[in-house]
Amino acid sequence: MDRYAKQRAFGVLARAAAGLVVFVMAVVIGVTIFRGGRVLLADPSIVISPPGSRYALEGTGGFFHAVLGSALIVGPATVVSMVLALSTATYLQSDYSSERFSDAVNMFLNVLWATPPIVYGVFVLTIVIAVGARTSLFFGIIAISVFQYPIMTRYIDEALRSAPDTVRESTYGLGATRFETAKMTARAALPGIVAGIIMGFARGIGDAATVLFTAGRSTNMPNGLFEPATTLPVLIFDNSMSFNEEVRAHAYAASFVLIVVVLGLIVVSRLLAGRFAQYVPGGRHA
Amino acid sequence: MVESTDTSGLRRRLRIERLSELWLRLAGYFAIALFVLIVFTLVHRSLPLLSEYSVVQMLTSTDWDPSQNSFGFLPAIVGTVYVAVLSMLMGTPIALLTAIYIAEYAEGRTKTLVSSFIDVLAAIPSVIFGLVALVVVVPLVGNYLAPAVGSSATGLGILTVSLVMAIVVTPFMISLSVESLEALPDELRETSLGVGATKWETIRSVLLRAAGPGIFSAVLLGFGRVFGATIVPAMLIGGQTQIPDSLFATGQTLPTLIVSDFGELMSIPITQSALIFVGLMLVVVVWLFNFGAMVLQRRLRRRWQY
Amino acid sequence: MNETPAIRTENLSVTYTGNEDVEAVKGVDITFPENQLTAIIGPSGCGKSTLLKSLNRLHEIQPNVEIEGDVLLGDASIYDTDDPAPEIRRRIGYVPQTPTPLPLSIYENVAYGVRLHGEYESSEELDGIVETYLKKVNLWDEVHDRLDTPAASLSTGQIQRLCLARSLAVEPEVLLCDEVTSALDPISAERVEETLVDLKDEYTFIMVTHSMNQARRLADDVVFLYLGEVVERGDVRSFFEDPTHERTKQFIGGHGAGADTGDGDDDPDDGAEKSPYGSADQRSSTPAK
Repeated sequence: MDRYAKQRAFGVLARAAAGLVVFVMAVVIGVTIFRGGRVLLADPSIVISPPGSRYALEGTGGFFHAVLGSALIVGPATVVSMVLALSTATYLQSDYSSERFSDAVNMFLNVLWATPPIVYGVFVLTIVIAVGARTSLFFGIIAISVFQYPIMTRYIDEALRSAPDTVRESTYGLGATRFETAKMTARAALPGIVAGIIMGFARGIGDAATVLFTAGRSTNMPNGLFEPATTLPVLIFDNSMSFNEEVRAHAYAASFVLIVVVLGLIVVSRLLAGRFAQYVPGGRHA
Repeated sequence: MVESTDTSGLRRRLRIERLSELWLRLAGYFAIALFVLIVFTLVHRSLPLLSEYSVVQMLTSTDWDPSQNSFGFLPAIVGTVYVAVLSMLMGTPIALLTAIYIAEYAEGRTKTLVSSFIDVLAAIPSVIFGLVALVVVVPLVGNYLAPAVGSSATGLGILTVSLVMAIVVTPFMISLSVESLEALPDELRETSLGVGATKWETIRSVLLRAAGPGIFSAVLLGFGRVFGATIVPAMLIGGQTQIPDSLFATGQTLPTLIVSDFGELMSIPITQSALIFVGLMLVVVVWLFNFGAMVLQRRLRRRWQY
Repeated sequence: MNETPAIRTENLSVTYTGNEDVEAVKGVDITFPENQLTAIIGPSGCGKSTLLKSLNRLHEIQPNVEIEGDVLLGDASIYDTDDPAPEIRRRIGYVPQTPTPLPLSIYENVAYGVRLHGEYESSEELDGIVETYLKKVNLWDEVHDRLDTPAASLSTGQIQRLCLARSLAVEPEVLLCDEVTSALDPISAERVEETLVDLKDEYTFIMVTHSMNQARRLADDVVFLYLGEVVERGDVRSFFEDPTHERTKQFIGGHGAGADTGDGDDDPDDGAEKSPYGSADQRSSTPAK
């Protein structure tokens, strides 16, 4: 095959691959929306109804317990990990720590970032066992916070690094303390920071492996911080393999909700980044 | 000229400065502390198992029966490796080609659309992939693919899991590879094309070399992802702790071992220990891969410098 | 000419450590008179910015910088003192080369430093302060009707004047200006220069510039820094018309003492730099100008 034929062939191949990927992804989203949508159209109330007494077997009632569980676990977890991530990322900036230290910490963060979520679940589970407690909402929150922490720290660290250095200089030049300057830098990097938090939240909402062993997989409404609960992804996981069609239908419906939420979060994150950008030097054009 | 500000205000600011530094310093060490804590906990809690049974024996035994205190991890290990290798074989070429498409061929709106699409997909929860697979892939494999090869499989099994994991991990690898490619300066392309190379030749000889470290690490990270994947295998692998004898056979991976077999048996200390040991194994392998990727990336970067 | 130094250095040396040690400023003794504008000139990479930043301890925000010697504000050392750095920097302000609005509204930009240091009693007083300083930099007329809009929406020239207002609002004793017109187009640069000329009798300015013409236009005193050492120093007239040292003569001679390119930049490559949105690794120890 001559050079130009190879060239053309490769071009075709590349396009085909991209096409395949897009196609498959469209199928994934499409099937979810279609199947889930169908179930929800038939009975939209299941999203907000609590599960009935024979939920696991027959799918009586709805899956509101999972919706609530997700909100009650991922919400607080995001707050906790956001505070920690922002603090760590700030400390890694050059005015606080040396380059060597921040390189070392970044290495650990990379490793944590690549850790399989199930390991976080197992880790928190050992704590649960060690203190003799039950799996519950509380430990679900801890597990998700730990899971989100490296992800958010990475995003926020990137955002802070990309803030113009002159903002830091100008602020110091006005007689600000290190902390005051850190606040201003964070402000300048706000779009990136917010986007990072939202992405962390989205990852947390979609995770099942971490929560599987730590929050309890209950089929009742969550009724206390130290009571078992379940989340949407865990519900989907549990329900999808059921023999009962109604129960499986709930899995589709919950998938619909989950995908809409995750996609929505990503859109919101992009929009917010756009709105805040007007305050940032370089702003609107970014 | 104003002499000095109100000193109480200054004192307050300085106090805030000191306190905040303390907090931030703690936060800076938190990542390291977390890592150490996880390692320590996992190792410590694996000890009961390790002190009673020989590691080598457990890793090579195929007899898995926790209720009989028999902890043979080999089937799960084989299953994990099988799935990981298979998915990477399927996913990497496609991911690489797509990344090249996005970085080098696509333009304007198509490019933004496709790459945003991919970025979004990298964030889709794996449960959803699992569910769709149950609906689409399992029947496909069970009713069409398997009979075509003469197998009487159900559609759950190694091949299905590998296929779906390839799909799950591809967007992630694409994003990272695109980043590596786009980080390359245009001059590289211009230079190569300027001596009369075709686009394909440019990509093959120049760009892939230059972006090599980044792409390679994307692949390694993808491998790590597949290795540690829990949800998709748990839904699709069939849950038989046996060494799979064919692509269509069911099997087990290390993470699914934790999910499926441990629920009721968690109250028994030795079984707990075994579960935690599986977690430890997983984490050690994935972390080794990561360290390896970091080291290799540094070395390759030096070799393939541009 | 007022002889009282507002600020002076004593055998000041600044060394960038790192892979290798680079001594950017070598044992420098300069006095900067009060209520005058002193220009620091010299070829690129000769320590001008480094010297400037050491006058208000701005190097401390970076690792890998070592400072020896001393800087005295009035009679007191700014390094060997109990005063915290933020307090020093309130009294000795710094305006960087790249026009940098803080991510706040125009009003809040000017008010930022004032709020920090608590130098006001009421919000009306703060309003008054903001207005006063915006007027001083000739910006009030242009922005008084949109004080709450983001400062980033202003033009580059306006932003730089805003930065001046922001720095002056904290009423510093000394203001350090680091090539503040280099990143501006000629017209904006002219406006900023006008502002500086208006203000120079009220404040002590120390200005780094790479433009001979600008030094001639604005300065009362000139310091010539070459490879980290002071070669010559004097009032602006005698400096340019009758320089003492050979090197000074060479430097002035080669830099358009005759040819006037209009305004500002004689050497477009020299110093005029990147936007703030450049790479973050400029932060590390680069022995700049």
